[in-house]
Amino acid sequence: MIRLSHVCMEYPRTGLALDDVTFMLKKGEFCFLTGHSGAGKSTVLRLIHMAERPTGGEVRVSGYSSTRIREKDVAMLRRKIGYIFQDFRLLANRTAAENVAFALEVTGARSNVIRSKVARLLGHVGLASKAEALPGELSGGEQQRVAVARALAHEPLVLLADEPTGNLDERASWGIFELFRGINASGTAVLLATHDLDLVRKSPGVRLLELDHGRLVYDSAAVAA
Amino acid sequence: MPYALREALAAFRRSPALTGLSCAMIALSLFIVGLFGIVAYNIRRTIERVESRVEVVAYLRDDASPNAVELAQREIAAFPEVQRVYYVSRDEALELARRDLVEFRAVFDDLDVNPLPASFEVRLRPGQRGADAVKAVARRIGSYPFVEDVRFGSEWLDKVFLLRRVAGAATLLLGGAFAVVAALIIATAVRMAVFARKDEIAVMRLVGATESFVRRPFLLEGLFTGLAGSILALVATYGLFRVLSGAVVQLEWIPATWLALGLAVGAFLGFAASALAVRRHLREI
Ligand SMILES: Nc1ncnc2c1ncn2[C@@H]1O[C@H](COP(=O)(O)OP(=O)(O)O)[C@@H](O)[C@H]1O
Ligand SMILES: [Mg+2]
Repeated sequence: MIRLSHVCMEYPRTGLALDDVTFMLKKGEFCFLTGHSGAGKSTVLRLIHMAERPTGGEVRVSGYSSTRIREKDVAMLRRKIGYIFQDFRLLANRTAAENVAFALEVTGARSNVIRSKVARLLGHVGLASKAEALPGELSGGEQQRVAVARALAHEPLVLLADEPTGNLDERASWGIFELFRGINASGTAVLLATHDLDLVRKSPGVRLLELDHGRLVYDSAAVAA
Repeated sequence: MPYALREALAAFRRSPALTGLSCAMIALSLFIVGLFGIVAYNIRRTIERVESRVEVVAYLRDDASPNAVELAQREIAAFPEVQRVYYVSRDEALELARRDLVEFRAVFDDLDVNPLPASFEVRLRPGQRGADAVKAVARRIGSYPFVEDVRFGSEWLDKVFLLRRVAGAATLLLGGAFAVVAALIIATAVRMAVFARKDEIAVMRLVGATESFVRRPFLLEGLFTGLAGSILALVATYGLFRVLSGAVVQLEWIPATWLALGLAVGAFLGFAASALAVRRHLREI
């Protein structure tokens, strides 16, 4: 469903961020993407989101190719991708429910389906009682749950998470991680970029990719094969 | 209410001063055009009225022979520009003068001799009443030896046309300058609106909103600003029209099609200015 083939990414000032990266992520798979800070994890996720195009190689996501995709299709592709950030990226002047509703609203959902869907999504992440709270009134873990609810609004094929637990304490981190496992169990693929090796260690048997200075140095799936 | 509409209206609340300034500039630009509209329309109506009555009047010498006059009348009637030639005899002229110039009836009654000359009143065909045609006809009529003097409204018409042209050029210049300023201010307003909604736009792109959807509130904002500005201009123009029309001269109000065109131009101006600005600034964030 996601395939990177010999992907290179070179930035004008900082040089080569990704160097000949090749891997595949199957439907419904759960996968860690690890590596030191600056290894290129975020760049991989941005390329999958088609926020940028690689300077070499090809990124294929759900039938779309980075070499041919048109601007209009980028929007359509993104509705199949949920994206979670370390800093949540919620709109501060909107309530939890409004933040989730926003994702549906701006992609042309009908207002009568939005209400019930938002309630269901917030229930799913365990925040039904905080629907009317502003992000500033929520804990970090709760804010990240709102972001997850928003990411799930379009029933995505894959969830991209960029250091989702980076701003959270251990308890909250674990809660979010459990939430991802649950989401993955119901069929959504998850690609979780993190340098938090604690999470990785507590999850034996989960696929692991490791980047080092832009090169893919370890792929547990390739080792097993 | 759809998202784009709600956000466009929110922009008015978010920065009322800038939006107000944009409106005012569009209004000012269209107000100038509107004033010219009134002037142009009334000049045109006047020209139409004058043209429908355009006549070349040839005064005849008292010693003209009746035969020559009759022949000339037939010749003139055969000019391609000419619709009809009336011969007004000296007696008829006096009679008309008595009737039309009521205040001077006593003067005419006291006269021993008729001082008025006989004349041809030459009516031109519609479409042949422009200044050049009138002049050509007048010159040919003037070449008859028994024609004393030829009068026509052409000099006056020339001045009216010139006035219209000058007024038009001035309006184009002034109105255009204000339109450019209005467009620049709208572009600034859009720029500020784009940056004020930076986070929202980022989230919209994140969750898969199309670029046209992202752009729509800004385009609507420009459209509304333009429309509001042109309505303001309409009100101001009408106000000034009422003041002038009663006190200074009798004026006619411009026709509805011109007004509709003005509103459309204002709305388009706002729309186009924000379309250009939003294209640029959305690429920057
Ligand atoms: N927009 C950018 N412009 C220039 N260089 C960038 C940009 N984004 C990332 N980089 C560079 O690419 C490399 C990888 O960055 P990133 O993918 O953010 O690493 P990670 O997420 O693993 O910490 C870094 O050296 C960083 O400086
Ligand atoms: Mg990163």
